[in-house]
Amino acid sequence: MNYHWNWRIFWELSPDATGTYLDLLLSGLAWTLATSACAWIIALLLGAIVGVLRTLPSRALARASGAYVEVFRNVPLLVQLFLWFFVLPELVPPRMGLWLKQLPDAPFYTAVVGLGLFMSARVAEQVRAGVTALPRGQRMAATALGLTTTQAYRHVLLPMAFRIILPPLTSEFLNTIKNSSVALTIGLMELTAQARSMQEFSFQVFEAFTAATLLYLAVNILVVLAGRLLERAVAVPGYVGGR
Amino acid sequence: MLAQFDFDVIARSWVYLLRDGLTFTLTLTALATLGGMVLGTLLAVARLSRLPVLPLLAGGYVNLMRSLPLVLVIFWFYFLVPFLGQWLTGSERPIQVGGFTSALVTFTLFEAAYFAEIMRAGIQSIPRGQVFAAQALGLRSSRVLRYVVLPQAFRNMLPVTLTQTIVLFQDTSLVYVLSLTDLLGAASKVAHRDGRLVEMYLFAALVYFIISFAASRGVRVLQRRMAIAD
Repeated sequence: MNYHWNWRIFWELSPDATGTYLDLLLSGLAWTLATSACAWIIALLLGAIVGVLRTLPSRALARASGAYVEVFRNVPLLVQLFLWFFVLPELVPPRMGLWLKQLPDAPFYTAVVGLGLFMSARVAEQVRAGVTALPRGQRMAATALGLTTTQAYRHVLLPMAFRIILPPLTSEFLNTIKNSSVALTIGLMELTAQARSMQEFSFQVFEAFTAATLLYLAVNILVVLAGRLLERAVAVPGYVGGR
Repeated sequence: MLAQFDFDVIARSWVYLLRDGLTFTLTLTALATLGGMVLGTLLAVARLSRLPVLPLLAGGYVNLMRSLPLVLVIFWFYFLVPFLGQWLTGSERPIQVGGFTSALVTFTLFEAAYFAEIMRAGIQSIPRGQVFAAQALGLRSSRVLRYVVLPQAFRNMLPVTLTQTIVLFQDTSLVYVLSLTDLLGAASKVAHRDGRLVEMYLFAALVYFIISFAASRGVRVLQRRMAIAD
């Protein structure tokens, strides 16, 4: 291979004069983490609500929440981000559209909302699976104790369901981090985007991508470890993962 | 707002979108699924084999691919494939690789990691008695795999494989970052040429939705039939 390797490139100054190339990549990592974390909060909240709605006896609610999941699952994330970024400002009243377009850090907010909603459909499916996986006796026991439906979900069903689905939720969070890279198409300067701009400035393409790869791997390992610690911390004795 | 919605731009461009764009998307999906399944099955077998080192290598590859964002992998291979081609063909300089070839190599190698995990689950779901029975019939281990284990594993994993193919179909939209003319790429080109982003992106979303939704409904029907057959 006649490729000129130069691993010291990371300590050279980047042309935007804000620091070294390493700083460039680390700022990308920070945007990746911030976007994923905020999107994950939206995904968890909405996913829990929609997932619960899918398990309620009401036909209408089940159908509406089912439609929600189908819409967000069957359109590619990239297309969804384009809809939020390019299409939404045109469909709302002109003054609001202008405000949306002029928002500072618009790519960040768009990515958070778009990614959050996209992932919420997946979280909803996990929550539904978790609630339906519970023995029927749990719901019956809660009813026999005189709990209302809300109380049964709040104190009996959801605490157990979330413990069951903790491992798949960890991997959905990893997917959120990976998917945040799609937001480079709407101009979010996250890790992959910064690796790409480092490649464009310095021509050291393989060094830049290797560094980005290692950073993603490190984040993955940390999240997996944190997930395991969390599983162990919340395990109920006698149940999944408990002792 | 919707009063200015220009149906004409869709009427003018839908033939181009479907004939050029959707064909590209579907071809890439089909070829990458085939390649990914072949390579993924090999990886799964390698991972479950009792040979030294091989399971470690296959496992490492699968885990590496699965922890990276597809966008980053697309960029990796876009720059790496010319050098790989040079190394394989022994030519003097990095070879020229077209966008489609680059995307096909990327999606095949990337999806292989996901198909490998599906096939691994499929192979492990076959009762051990099947293997013992095949061995008792005097089959070599390669034939046990070829005639007994893999056919059943493929069959059991068919719904999951198809679901993964739907995911792949949606993921091919990411070739946008290489400016290729897939369904979204074609829509985006028309959108920017005619200044009709709203119409074109909504239309693209609708096409993706209809195909993915119909396909996932089909998978569900298949799943139900298989459950009855068992």
